[in-house]
Amino acid sequence: MKYVLMFVETEEFAKELEAMGDLDRENAYAAVGRWFAENGSKITHHTHLAPVHTATTMRLRRGEEPMVTDGPFVEGKEVVTGFVEVEVADLDEALKMARSWPACPIVEIRPVS
Amino acid sequence: MTEPDSEQALARVVRDHAGRLAASLVSLLGDFSAAEDLVQDAVETALRRWPVEGVPDRPDAWLFTVARRRGLDVMRRETNYRAKLAQLTWVEPARKDDRLRLIFTCCHPALSREARVALTLRVVCGLSTAQIAAAFLLPETTVAQRLTRAKRKITEAGIPYRVPDADDLPERLDGALAVIYLLFNEGYLSSGGARAHARDLVDDAEWLASLLAGLMPDEPEVAGLLALIRLHRARGAARFDDREQLVLLADQDRGLWDHEAIGAATTLLVRAARAHRRPGPYQLQAAIAACHAEAASFESTDWVQIVVLYDMLLHLAPSPITRLHRAIAVRYAVSPEAALDELKGLDLENHALLHATRADLLRALGRDAEARECDERALALTANPAQQALLEERLSWN
Repeated sequence: MKYVLMFVETEEFAKELEAMGDLDRENAYAAVGRWFAENGSKITHHTHLAPVHTATTMRLRRGEEPMVTDGPFVEGKEVVTGFVEVEVADLDEALKMARSWPACPIVEIRPVS
Repeated sequence: MTEPDSEQALARVVRDHAGRLAASLVSLLGDFSAAEDLVQDAVETALRRWPVEGVPDRPDAWLFTVARRRGLDVMRRETNYRAKLAQLTWVEPARKDDRLRLIFTCCHPALSREARVALTLRVVCGLSTAQIAAAFLLPETTVAQRLTRAKRKITEAGIPYRVPDADDLPERLDGALAVIYLLFNEGYLSSGGARAHARDLVDDAEWLASLLAGLMPDEPEVAGLLALIRLHRARGAARFDDREQLVLLADQDRGLWDHEAIGAATTLLVRAARAHRRPGPYQLQAAIAACHAEAASFESTDWVQIVVLYDMLLHLAPSPITRLHRAIAVRYAVSPEAALDELKGLDLENHALLHATRADLLRALGRDAEARECDERALALTANPAQQALLEERLSWN
């Protein structure tokens, strides 16, 4: 089955990352690199999004002009920062991949229909 | 009991066979939801016909035949399923018991807690939607929706039908035990409704724990949970008086306890603990229950040992409720003052039990006015009729 793992960053995590020294940050990126290498055979696609301040949202309203606003579609402390598409046997395998994800603290797992 | 005994007996027969049938049909069809629908249909037919026609000699074969016929009937379009069902004949259920896979699918953490409970009751225990709704005092439509949603999630999200691998097993087993424990608690002292003690769910919880213990003999926590349930049930006859009023442990007639069952449950616990040397929260809770059950009188209870067991339990699974129970043991092991100190800072202000316990301790110290205030707060916080009656009686004394 195909799943998308959506990586969600919290405000707290962003602050932690910002407060890191160069070496720590390098290590954190290296851990993410290793995760991709280890799971490479199951990953069919991946995307890392630019920071949330670059987001623009359009709301399409029936009979009216679309409304364009600055920012992500939900104003919250949790933002999607990227995703990978994976091909695995079942949800347990997808959960196993998510469990070893070394970066941001929330991962949403959803099957691709 | 509001239900006639025959209905109970009927439920037991269904329970012994429905889960097995579901397990083999899920394997056969590879479709959890479709298989479950067939079993449920057979169960409902049985519940309608058996009270009139009598229980067949081979209930398992009977349920299988009805489910198979139904499958061939409704699955006209799914030729693939039809072909599989058409080939299928009833084989003696001597082959491998697949119900372990069924339990782990129903208790999967990707399902909501309510869904896990409802699904386990329905699929593993063979309860009908109406029976689940009655046990939880919920509208039938709510339960039906919950089950439909859960089955869709299993299929569409790819929740597997298998026993988790070694890495995941400890955590997933904890999840399955939590479902059984929840069921037991709900049945043992349901938090609301006219029937303060719903016996059916306790029976189902014990049955599930015993099934799991048979399927996973090397897991001491499963044995621990089974022992815990049996130790509590063994004291069942003394928990309520003739007027359905709750009787506190201190006031229970210990002659009414089933001492044979207590002995057997304690042996089960001790054997599991000694053989594996892997203590866990259920074994410890069962050990505490055993201390109570084996005491000849309330006064001769080994309170010091109970406090030690609570300390171990808090070390493994910290919780304010456990600290509250430990404080009650401290009252008898040390003093009411010491127990009152233990209650300080517990984040349980919305729990009736905290206030009722505090009231008890204050009364023991002669601080009656404060005790009364605490009892009133406890009364305002409980929806359980038996607990309400007990608190009301206490308030009327002074």
